[in-house]
Amino acid sequence: MTPRSGLAWLAGLGVVGAGIALAGLRVNPYVYFAGYVILQYVVIATAWNILGGYAGYVNFGTPAFFAMGAYTAVFLIQSLRAPLPVLILAGGLVAALLGLGIGYLTLRLRGVFFSIATLALSVVLQTMIINWEYVGGSRGLSVIRPSGPPFGSYVTFLFTVMVGLAVLSVMVARFIERSWIGRGLAALRDNEEAAECMGVPTLRLKLFATTISGFLLGVAGAPFPYYVTFVEPNSAFALDYAVNALAMPMIGGTTSWAGPVIGAVLLGTAQQLATVTISSEMNLFIVGVVLVAFVVLAPEGILGLVRRLRGR
Amino acid sequence: MVAGLLLGGFYAAVSLGVSLIFGLLDIANIAQPAFVILGSYAAYVMNDALGLDPILTGLLLTPLFYGLGALVYRVYYASFERRGEESLRGLVFFFGILFIMEVSLSLTFGVDYRLVQTAYTSKSIDLGGVGIAFRYLVPCLVGIAMTAGLYLFLGRTFYGRAIMAVSQDQLALRLMGANPVQIKTIAFGVGIAAASLAGALLISIAPVIPSTDRDYIGRMFAITVLGGMGSIGGTLVAAVVLGVAESLMATFFGPSWSLAVSFGILLLALAVRPAGLFGR
Repeated sequence: MTPRSGLAWLAGLGVVGAGIALAGLRVNPYVYFAGYVILQYVVIATAWNILGGYAGYVNFGTPAFFAMGAYTAVFLIQSLRAPLPVLILAGGLVAALLGLGIGYLTLRLRGVFFSIATLALSVVLQTMIINWEYVGGSRGLSVIRPSGPPFGSYVTFLFTVMVGLAVLSVMVARFIERSWIGRGLAALRDNEEAAECMGVPTLRLKLFATTISGFLLGVAGAPFPYYVTFVEPNSAFALDYAVNALAMPMIGGTTSWAGPVIGAVLLGTAQQLATVTISSEMNLFIVGVVLVAFVVLAPEGILGLVRRLRGR
Repeated sequence: MVAGLLLGGFYAAVSLGVSLIFGLLDIANIAQPAFVILGSYAAYVMNDALGLDPILTGLLLTPLFYGLGALVYRVYYASFERRGEESLRGLVFFFGILFIMEVSLSLTFGVDYRLVQTAYTSKSIDLGGVGIAFRYLVPCLVGIAMTAGLYLFLGRTFYGRAIMAVSQDQLALRLMGANPVQIKTIAFGVGIAAASLAGALLISIAPVIPSTDRDYIGRMFAITVLGGMGSIGGTLVAAVVLGVAESLMATFFGPSWSLAVSFGILLLALAVRPAGLFGR
């Protein structure tokens, strides 16, 4: 273990520790409630970026993966009343399988076509869920939280779980970025044919990226039923996830693990504030405008701006 | 079955813009459905305030939409195409535009369903024992007229032929002394102008809310891909295929499945034959 990665692990543990400490403080419950959403977006944005930022495949189907995680959890709660760690793992695995399938699509579809196919996938899955009565169908389903969380109220408990998941996903993204996998993905992002000719195993790398990305998105979605306690297709498949998953890395910067984190924290916090002070529709409007502004004016995101200011 | 055929004519009208912009110009304008919905609301406002017929409004507003489209293309060109990074960021750009338009509409009009009533909407005619509602017949006829119009425009006029030339070989066009950017601006404007009319048709068929655009993304791109990326005749055929498939699905499995048809066809077409039925 190199000293730098040792340091990163320490920093990660520090964040988890700080999260638990914050949960112990019992400040205004809304802090945990909003914090959960922001952390959830850290996971989503990081996961999206592994495929979108590193490999250059724009996924519009984020809601599909997120909802796969959420609905796998609903199914397991309904049938087995499975505990939360099982839900998270199972949600991740199901979404990872979906990711693997999407990965094989990249054999035929590149660029725009891939993106449209992921969007299509999201709608097809939503239709299937709407017609599946066992998990609530179109009317939705109430989920009862298990009594007696290990500590605090259930929301604070979920908040700390999400802190752990966020740290985990950032670690995974950082590891991928620094390893040969990240370099291989960057090569195929810049020119897939050339990378293939140079002996980069593009298919294996793409399958790896879609699977990991899917897994993390599913993981983000799995605690969702317990968080909202009422799951219905429109909220689980909300287009907000698609646009945020894309906007956050774009704002932060797509080439580094720090980009999605910066984007998710900034945009996530701004959205929470806008939802409280103005209206929830206004906050989506802000996301759209910020997204277009960044894509047009600062395509490298905040990290790119910082790099330019430093003159590198 | 008949309803599916009629629906197909209407879908052709909706998809022509994408066929032109995505199929021929290779610009992934996924904001097109939002422009259609904008057209619907324009028709609603004009009908509400002045009592104008929606289709007349759609026709009257085409110059305005043309200008809007030309403007959007200029921004797109200056920010992405000139820098040569159009595919990935351009896609995100249009996704952002789609989102902004949808949210602006729901901020202005709320999320209630809006519908335009005209003199003919409730009437129907009887053709060989099958009742055909004017509500579907008129949009279908307008859709077919639009398809024919665009077909003639592309095949017979100077600018139409120039657009076809741009889609085939930009460099050659530039060598011939024409400006591809100007031609593409015109084509993009025409594509958006078609959305104005399509939107007017949409709101006279069924009630519209700002998020209706999401239902049409899949339909438009399914039709464009299935029709063979920019083939105008192919667009009409693919639109009819989709219309019939959807109405059959709605009859046998219930209307909640009909939306999955278009996306299913899209996935299938992309996976099996990306060149479409009438691919070049």
